[in-house]
Amino acid sequence: MKYVKQICSALLFICFLGMSAEAQITEKAEFGKFAITNATVHTVTDGTIDNGTVLIDGEKIVSVGTSVSIPQGYNRIDAGGKHVYPGFIDSGTQLGLQEIGAVAVTNDQAELGDFNPHVRAFTAINPSSVSIPVTRVNGVTNVISLPVSGRIAGKATLIDLYGYSPDSMAVTPNAGLHLNWPSSQKGGWWDDRTEEEVQKEYEQDLKKLKDFVSRAAFYDKMMTDFEENPENKDQPDKNKRMQAMREVVNGEVPVVISVDAKQDILNAIEWTKEHPEMEFILAGVRDGWRVAEEIADAGLPCLVSTLYTPNRDYDNYQRPYQNPAKLHEAGVKVAIATGGVENVRNAPYHAGFAANYGLGTEEALKAITINAAEIFGVADKLGSIEEGKQANLFIAEGDPFEPMNHITDVFIRGNKIPMVSRHIQLYDQYLDRGAQTSK
Amino acid sequence: MKKIVLLFIFIGLSLAGYAQDKGSVLIENGTVITITDGNKANTDVLIEDGIITEIGQDLSAPRGVETVDASGKYVMPGIIDAHSHIASVDVNEWTNPVTAEVSMEESVDPNDINIYWALAGGVTSIHLMHGSANVIGGQNETLKLRYGTGMDEMRFDGAPRTIKFALGENPTRVHGQGFDVQPRTRMGVEQVIRDHFDAAIDYKRNRAEYLDAKEAYENGDRSTPPVPVAKNERLEVLSDILDGEVLVHTHSYRADEITMLMRVFNDYGIEDYTFQHANEAFKVAPELKKNGAYTSVFADWWAYKFEVYYSTAYNASILNANGVKNSINSDSGELIRHLNHEAAKAVHYGNTSKQDALKMITINPATQLGIDDKVGSIEEGKHGDVAIWDDHPLSIYSKTLKTFVDGKKYFDRAEDNDDMRLKVDAEQDFEAASGRWYNENGRHAETCLQGAEIRFNKQGMKLQSK
Repeated sequence: MKYVKQICSALLFICFLGMSAEAQITEKAEFGKFAITNATVHTVTDGTIDNGTVLIDGEKIVSVGTSVSIPQGYNRIDAGGKHVYPGFIDSGTQLGLQEIGAVAVTNDQAELGDFNPHVRAFTAINPSSVSIPVTRVNGVTNVISLPVSGRIAGKATLIDLYGYSPDSMAVTPNAGLHLNWPSSQKGGWWDDRTEEEVQKEYEQDLKKLKDFVSRAAFYDKMMTDFEENPENKDQPDKNKRMQAMREVVNGEVPVVISVDAKQDILNAIEWTKEHPEMEFILAGVRDGWRVAEEIADAGLPCLVSTLYTPNRDYDNYQRPYQNPAKLHEAGVKVAIATGGVENVRNAPYHAGFAANYGLGTEEALKAITINAAEIFGVADKLGSIEEGKQANLFIAEGDPFEPMNHITDVFIRGNKIPMVSRHIQLYDQYLDRGAQTSK
Repeated sequence: MKKIVLLFIFIGLSLAGYAQDKGSVLIENGTVITITDGNKANTDVLIEDGIITEIGQDLSAPRGVETVDASGKYVMPGIIDAHSHIASVDVNEWTNPVTAEVSMEESVDPNDINIYWALAGGVTSIHLMHGSANVIGGQNETLKLRYGTGMDEMRFDGAPRTIKFALGENPTRVHGQGFDVQPRTRMGVEQVIRDHFDAAIDYKRNRAEYLDAKEAYENGDRSTPPVPVAKNERLEVLSDILDGEVLVHTHSYRADEITMLMRVFNDYGIEDYTFQHANEAFKVAPELKKNGAYTSVFADWWAYKFEVYYSTAYNASILNANGVKNSINSDSGELIRHLNHEAAKAVHYGNTSKQDALKMITINPATQLGIDDKVGSIEEGKHGDVAIWDDHPLSIYSKTLKTFVDGKKYFDRAEDNDDMRLKVDAEQDFEAASGRWYNENGRHAETCLQGAEIRFNKQGMKLQSK
């Protein structure tokens, strides 16, 4: 009995040492071979595996299943009673581009100018943003970070939330071109333009957009002709805006269209039909539930957040929560996008609300994993737990959509990341300051 | 003639009904989360004429009292939001660093749809606060969410008077940087408060001396002619704060400014106060505990401005573990719709117990508003402000089914197929575009900054449109 007590104390002491070591800011990610055993594995693409094993070798998942033999040299992580999920993807944020909203010099998400296809979020991602560790310990391993200003705001980037440079974090440096759709509606109560002025401005804005895109298409054609046959053509003058549009007009990089009001969504759909050679994604779509059929018919996926108030006083109180479900029911592929910066960590709760208000847990899980990966063309790397995919996954004590539940381990590109953030460090420091400091 | 008489009787009856605004209901077989006396399975709650009269098993409904079956459901006290700006018409009287004389009492919009949306999240009372532009802002109003009644009917009868103070960036930006008047720094904020408390003490003495002299003079004592001291509403309110008649709720973020105000309050003998937001309260939790101060914090908001950069979502748990009575508030028209879920984050960040997390949105805010003898728990004799939930209220999968204020039902999910509150076609066309879906400045709508988001320069000021 005495021994038991001693062993218990010793174990507690070791645990305590472990905890204090974890609080160090210098803690490094572990990289190598890991075997996660006895887990309920939510593969997303291939059902749920009870008592499953996931093998990670370096950056990749090398094996998933129930009868996986664990070769030598693997670090075993017993996940008995726990759940393994693919890392969550937030499809629309400004994470890494903005540090403190009210401090202008820390804001890199809004360049001047209306048409900035050459401006890249990838350039300005700050790998040291304090918000990144805060986000990833909640199971969000990937985000689309996008510039937001003007008409064409710039190119969004898809990143892993671990790395020491934008290059080491990039999954797709140029993941999409962000377009703010010109609105044919009044902005709100403060908008004192007449209906005629609103309409006139909309038509002007739309014309500018159309001109820009058709110039880009022409530039692409001219450049392609020259590249294919440089001997017999004059070299066109350099134009970096037009150059940046080439991958957009030929459909390699999708256009993410931020659009919310019903008529604006319909207008945007009309415009996308004029460009069958380009790829489009709708984002925001707060009125999406009103025109879900039209969006589905157009085959456009949607990036949607749920935790906001209804657009109008006379909208039903639960429409924002139901919007993902109503779009899904109509046949639209939906992915979760918080639109946030410092609280992208709440992305799982956006998915949870969508699940509770009609989407269901299984579909909501897809909306925050595989759907996002498919929409951005990286389903071969991210979004599910499958052999050969990038090891972006986490271990949770329960349903990660429940804010009460905890996440115990997070892997990003095979790196077992330290479960530390400034928020956790402040907790460790201040939970018990000690009697000496209190005066 | 008969018709006219009937009409008058009808009007009289409807007016009487209006003034009452109380109801009776028997909620049967629910899991009752009493907050102050644990959870009670298969228990009935009887509310009669707005008051909880009985909690127990196998209660029978008095004649005419409607019965609601809550089998398999949870019955919880209505959520209380200690910091809200919904239902407000004006938020900031930013024209002076001290505007204690103004009040939110005339700024209530009982038809604000945000009230209904909050009811749909199980909220029954809010603390409608003045904004944070001034060091000593205006007086707040504690409201019951009697949606669609009138401004007066919304008031929480018997709730103590409260006032908003604000420290740090907001008042220094608006006044020091915007108008070149003190305070421009946190040092100045302290002096503004001390100057005005001193002035209130002097005023009270001088005013009393004058009134005494005047009375004596009028009673024939001509030896000391009274020197008039005019009534000053601003100083009267400040004097009431010093007398403990007005509870102080202070917008605050940094640990240093929090300790500063406790020092000032100790010097002036002010005892009952709450720090709002208080993102860095966790750093001085022992000091807060020692002074008996309360805190009302966000679950996880941070980094939208510099003074909240060194924040932690573990704030609520650290405060709770250190014995500080804490609430979780919304300060937002969106978060108020799921404060239950915000409270659940205190379980995630720091392992606060479920019971303590629930206290943070019920009895603790009630205590901070001085209404804990009336609401905040399910107890016999307390108000019939309760909500029925279909799952444990801290679960993300829970929904409010019905919300009662004073025993009267203001929200019923089952009856609200497409808006029980308004007879409009929910499919009708949309004429206004919204702001963009992404977060440009890190804040939600309906926050206390809505009026303080004023851009000042030497030429004047302009309201920033959203």
